[in-house]
Amino acid sequence: MRLAMLLSASAVFALATPAAAQEHSMHDMPGMVMPTAKPKPKPKPKPKATTPAPRRPQPAAKPAAPAPTGHEGHDMSGMASPAQSAPAKDQDTMPGMDMPADHRGHDMAAMSSGEPVGTDLPAGSAPAPTPPMDHYADRQFPPADMAHARDMMMRESGGQTMATVMFNLAEYQARKGRDGYRWDGEAWLGGDINRLTIKSEGEGVLRKGVEAAEVQALYSRAIGPYFNLQAGVRHDFKPGPSRTYAVIGFEGLAPYWFEVEGAAFLSDKGDVLGRLEGYYDQRLTQRLVLQPRVELNLAAQDVPENRIGAGLSSAELGLRLRYEITRQFAPYVGISYEAKTGQSARYARTDGDDSTTTSFVAGVRVWF
Amino acid sequence: MDFSTVDRRALLRGLGLAGGTAALAAWMPAWAQPVSQGLIAPLPTVSGDDITLRIARQMMTIDGHRSPAIGINGTVPAPLIRLREGQKIRLNVINDLDEDSSVHWHGLLVPPEHDGVPGISFPGIKPRSSYLYEFPVRQSGTYWYHSHSGFQEQLGLYGPIVIDPASTDPVQFDREHVIVLSDHSQLSPEAIFRRMKVNPGHFNFQRQTLSGLLSGRDQKLKDRIDWGKMRMDPADISDVTGAAYTYLVNGHGPADNWTALFTPGERVRLRVINASSMTTFNVRIPGLKLMIVQADGQNVMPVAVDEFQIGVAETYDLIVTPTEDKAFTLVGEAVDRSGMARATLAPRAGMIAPVPPLRQRPLATMKDMGMDMGGDMPPRGVDPSAEQNVSRTLATPGTPAVVPMAGMDHGPMNHGAMDHSAMPGMDHGEMSGGAMAGHDMGSMSMRDFGNAPQVKRGPGVQTISPMPVDRTGEPGQGLADVGHKVLVYRDLMALTRNPDVRAPSRSIDIHLTGNMERFMWSLDGEKMSDVHEPIPFIEGERVRVNLINDSMMAHPIHIHGHFFELVTGHGDHRPRKHTVIVQPGGIVTWDFTADAVGDWAFHCHLLYHMAAGMMRVVSVRPKGDAA
Repeated sequence: MRLAMLLSASAVFALATPAAAQEHSMHDMPGMVMPTAKPKPKPKPKPKATTPAPRRPQPAAKPAAPAPTGHEGHDMSGMASPAQSAPAKDQDTMPGMDMPADHRGHDMAAMSSGEPVGTDLPAGSAPAPTPPMDHYADRQFPPADMAHARDMMMRESGGQTMATVMFNLAEYQARKGRDGYRWDGEAWLGGDINRLTIKSEGEGVLRKGVEAAEVQALYSRAIGPYFNLQAGVRHDFKPGPSRTYAVIGFEGLAPYWFEVEGAAFLSDKGDVLGRLEGYYDQRLTQRLVLQPRVELNLAAQDVPENRIGAGLSSAELGLRLRYEITRQFAPYVGISYEAKTGQSARYARTDGDDSTTTSFVAGVRVWF
Repeated sequence: MDFSTVDRRALLRGLGLAGGTAALAAWMPAWAQPVSQGLIAPLPTVSGDDITLRIARQMMTIDGHRSPAIGINGTVPAPLIRLREGQKIRLNVINDLDEDSSVHWHGLLVPPEHDGVPGISFPGIKPRSSYLYEFPVRQSGTYWYHSHSGFQEQLGLYGPIVIDPASTDPVQFDREHVIVLSDHSQLSPEAIFRRMKVNPGHFNFQRQTLSGLLSGRDQKLKDRIDWGKMRMDPADISDVTGAAYTYLVNGHGPADNWTALFTPGERVRLRVINASSMTTFNVRIPGLKLMIVQADGQNVMPVAVDEFQIGVAETYDLIVTPTEDKAFTLVGEAVDRSGMARATLAPRAGMIAPVPPLRQRPLATMKDMGMDMGGDMPPRGVDPSAEQNVSRTLATPGTPAVVPMAGMDHGPMNHGAMDHSAMPGMDHGEMSGGAMAGHDMGSMSMRDFGNAPQVKRGPGVQTISPMPVDRTGEPGQGLADVGHKVLVYRDLMALTRNPDVRAPSRSIDIHLTGNMERFMWSLDGEKMSDVHEPIPFIEGERVRVNLINDSMMAHPIHIHGHFFELVTGHGDHRPRKHTVIVQPGGIVTWDFTADAVGDWAFHCHLLYHMAAGMMRVVSVRPKGDAA
């Protein structure tokens, strides 16, 4: 039976090819190959007559939709020839028209000549079976081995843990008076949804040491396609006296490609602080990126011992131009303007510091 | 033109001859070869009823650069396994790695315990142990095999399978060549995966930039703002690109120039296999018509095309008939045009043909987001700073990207060309424009779970296509306007009547979901690692499966242990496949008969999408069994 099918197939092929082979008349469009369908009905009934049954095992359940094989075969051999030259044309022109829905309907009607067959038949509405609870391979292999392999497969299919360390800012700041340095980085460890996130930022002055340094340890959870909710603790080593805060915040990608983060901090003294931060990576070329960045620090009250004033206590505006030698290593230059405002500014002046600083910066944006 | 004369001996001669002249050129680094003479290196072949395959680490040399790889019997790709339909095969696979391994016979209908997926079909092959695969060969055609463990496939653990039919092959040819396309990186696969998780778009060096905007390329400002609002990057065509990959033919780089020989006038059968981890290729041979005769190992009515897109894990067999005594270049261009695989077809060793330049990368459209409103603007050219990999330097100056069909001196003009002149007009008529698209965009939700109630809501689902459409009548991304005939799925018709033409008793929807910003990929919003419940089928039942792509990337979807028939309007001659590309924002519908009892893997064949969780177990059980 198989041989018969193959032979008839090769007959079709031998007839079909010269037509399709464009030696004739360059009919290279799909529709134009279709005329070969004409000889098709002739050889087809042959195997069908001898083998009405499909090669694959017959199912136990009969489909709901009516599709007796023999009937439709009869239909085909009778109708196909005249009916098929028409659809051939249709097929030729339709793809250009970009209307898949129509196209489909058209084809269906055309091919089937009234009595649809095979994939042209609509699907029934039989209920889905209940998913089995066992694993089939457990019947053939020691279940313990399979369980082990299954765990590994699941881990390798979406359950991986990874980690990264990134410094958006790691720079030298040249300015009036004493030059300084600044860093702002983040590391995470975990999966797609749950992560341990460590953040750190701070700054210092050459030969004077670190002026501000904080570290946050946060549990981060993906709460949407773009945003993570983060909660944990923050500890400020500087400026003294050191402080510890409870943190709740968010981090993610806002519409128009703005990277944003924000957090509220409650100190062990009961003080409430806040921070909003955002930047935008404007690609000038594939590797040259201009990054405007803003950081606003807020306070609900004066915290004199840390020289923080209520309201907007300080603002930092930066504009940095980096060149991505690789995506992971990008030296940059830029300008950074930092202003203490309100009571914070008064604290600074009292201490004999400037309330605003403008720095030319050079650094490297790097991640591992 | 006579298809009835077969010359099998010519084929064998062709395969044998190539051995001697082999890999001399490969010893020299690419830079030391002023002109690549081409590399005539036939694939090592194994056959017989007992075959031993030894998996081990090795080095491989690509375009003069050595890099670590995993191969079989010392070669990458793994040896060509040549079988005959009806034989009973025993394959003893020895794992010499320090980690578990496996081999899956892609497209072969085998008992579940020999399907080779660790954790689903068997426990895997432990380090320094072996597994005996044993099954009857029930089919013929072009297939392939690869590791299903970790990222071993990316490192080279893949090879071709050719099964000769038990009786006369309806496809007649004088000579054949196997073309295994793949992608290889100097980066470790773990590093590739992690970079994409940490930094979305990491490997894309063809993004939209300000310099492109200022020079009038890519999207206009308004479109950029609209897309930016949605946080969608239209330049995101491929996750891993030529920035990380060298694209290979039979394990050789584009500068190596793997060469296949022919005698003018012969019918040459090319068995093209996409064994890549992540790369969809657009394949063409400028100057030759490609007669597609087989897809995924199943014979189809011949279709003549100028180019075809081959998704990861698909195979296409084609017949070319070069009549002139000259060389031709086979171009396998990555879908994002960041690089190419290249080989040469030549009458004699050392001949080369002009290499066309890489074309410009396409941009995704609203339709790719499942919003079909026909308002896409014509392309304005690609960003001036866009980078393509080193294969771009192979382009022969003055060579057009698309050769107008030369040498076809018969009167009537190519219908493809005619079709084309008519098509763009209809396709993107002026009528709609950006304004309309913008308007509709605003009123249409990009993430309305009402459009896909079965999808689990979560961070892993970035978008739900509001109005996905059947795109099987369209060529793949970037191929709509290439100026010649490109294969579409609707062109494919089975050569013989389908074995099972019953109507499906039911239908199911499966949504292809993901979040490009987190590099999360899933089915119905759930990763493999989240879900233990399989997709159930009863033995023998016929089911219609609607694959709905809710993401803006194409996914080659593969089911193990079965073939399915594409619902593309061809009644009882629908093409039978094991892997199908679901275009962005598209729907692909297929019917299949669940006739292979067991648990089977079902997944996106982009390796890192599968690793991210875009996979499920399909379980087929006899009625009433263990349910």
